[in-house]
Amino acid sequence: MAKSRTQAPSKHGRRGYRQENPYLRRLLIILSLLFTILMLVLPLVIVIYQAFGTGWDRFWAAVTNTFTLKALYLTILTGSFAVIFNTLFGLTAAWALTRYSFRGQGILITLIDLPFAISPIIAGLIFILTYGRLGWAKPILDEFNLKIVFATPGLVLATIFVTLPFVARELIPVLTARGTDEEQAAVLMGAGFFRVFFKVTLPHIRWALIYSVILCTARAMGEFGAVSVVSGHLRGKTNTLPLHIEILYNEHHYNEAFAVSAILVVTSIVILTARSVVEYLSRREGDDVR
Amino acid sequence: MKKTKRILPGFGLTMGVTMSYLSFIVLIPMISLVIQTGEAGWSGIITAITDQRIWSSYKVSFGCSFLAALINTIFGTMLAWVLVRYRFLGRRLIDGLIELPFAIPTAVAGISLTFLTTDKGWIGRPLAELGIRIAYTKVGIIVALTFITLPFVVRSIQPILEELSPDFEEAGRTLGAGSARIFFKIILPELKPALLTGFSLAFARGLGEYGSVIFIAGNKPFQTEIAPLMIVTRLEEFHYEQATAVALVMLLASFIIMFVVNRVQLRAASYVGG
Repeated sequence: MAKSRTQAPSKHGRRGYRQENPYLRRLLIILSLLFTILMLVLPLVIVIYQAFGTGWDRFWAAVTNTFTLKALYLTILTGSFAVIFNTLFGLTAAWALTRYSFRGQGILITLIDLPFAISPIIAGLIFILTYGRLGWAKPILDEFNLKIVFATPGLVLATIFVTLPFVARELIPVLTARGTDEEQAAVLMGAGFFRVFFKVTLPHIRWALIYSVILCTARAMGEFGAVSVVSGHLRGKTNTLPLHIEILYNEHHYNEAFAVSAILVVTSIVILTARSVVEYLSRREGDDVR
Repeated sequence: MKKTKRILPGFGLTMGVTMSYLSFIVLIPMISLVIQTGEAGWSGIITAITDQRIWSSYKVSFGCSFLAALINTIFGTMLAWVLVRYRFLGRRLIDGLIELPFAIPTAVAGISLTFLTTDKGWIGRPLAELGIRIAYTKVGIIVALTFITLPFVVRSIQPILEELSPDFEEAGRTLGAGSARIFFKIILPELKPALLTGFSLAFARGLGEYGSVIFIAGNKPFQTEIAPLMIVTRLEEFHYEQATAVALVMLLASFIIMFVVNRVQLRAASYVGG
């Protein structure tokens, strides 16, 4: 759900809608435009306005501040880990769940869906309960001198958790719909697992894979709640960009907060555009992402 | 697929990776909730849940999420309708913008909505003169949640509207039904499963939302504190058992909502499947 559907023409064209009241039609369009401008456009405009409101120099100073750059680095680091691991997981899980039938498939799918169903705060909470100061796994970590909570590994784990379903969830329906005939033929002709996977399966799910990786990146980059709980808010150490924005805002450095926000807003718009392009390309190839 | 069982290679490898990854990331940490609950005991959990301040936070969370989901059900239906049925300048742009709340970080949404709606903000100032306040009240929470959950209803309904054949509407019109009657008697019943799904997803997401709300809510105890914030507050005070108790109630609510969504989707699918 909540999937994009940019495709314009309705299947049935405009036939049969002409007798509709033109005033009602105009009213609905105007209301929709108003709602969109108020709810979606204005929040974007104010970010840009506040970020550049006091001049380019102040914007640039906020963006190139040491703590901002550290937060940017940490955001890229946690995001990359989350996207890479969840992509590899998504591919294997989708293969395992659609290429074989076994007992407990439903339970596995529920476990994959779980991170979407629960609050990011609860995601953070369970990592604190496990690896935190009073967590039951803490003695094991101490044994190996590992630190997870209030450190980078915790941020990575929390981000992986909240973005876990994206790739698997997108690929499972695509692989189910394709069936296994081609893969079986390849196996009968003597191809091994990796050869079947890379030569037969992967080319077909290419667009769905790229699409899901894009969505996963967007979420990983912006995650706030889960990361906030496990981070401990150590500036310069465990602050990702969204957390850095919170600190700046709470310290009343509004222009700086919006300057850093502008980086994320521009990235989101790039991501949204990339998503639309992928949708368009996949449709042109007749390999609809949905 | 059942007949092809284990013909394809790689079962051990892919299942092994899937199971270990899920255990490490999801299952083992989730078990900590159970352990913590055991330590606190049921009486501890009940005491924590019935705490006045926590109880008020549930009321805020459930009430505001419900209203935000309701607002989105109404405006989402309108937006989906306009996007599918009408052609006008800027339609594609709006269609692309719908997904914005999913792409934009919640903290950014939070601070920009707050800035717009305070007494000095672009929207807040004219409203303040009328005596209406948005930021730092429950209305602010509803605004933030409406923003965050806006795509759910639109995207649930849009594909259904696109597939809907105009023949029935035409038949209704020929038989003399007015626009309102056609909408409520012919179109709305078709949309019902999708509407319910979109509403539930928005409601569930709203319950768990944190990043955007904490900025605009003002977080006044007993008034504008949401349940996820109570988890964070209790954690910071090292009251782990209370944090767990709040989380358990939230989890229960999410599971009930997800269960409803699955039932609705199964029923809708069985209609389509005949």
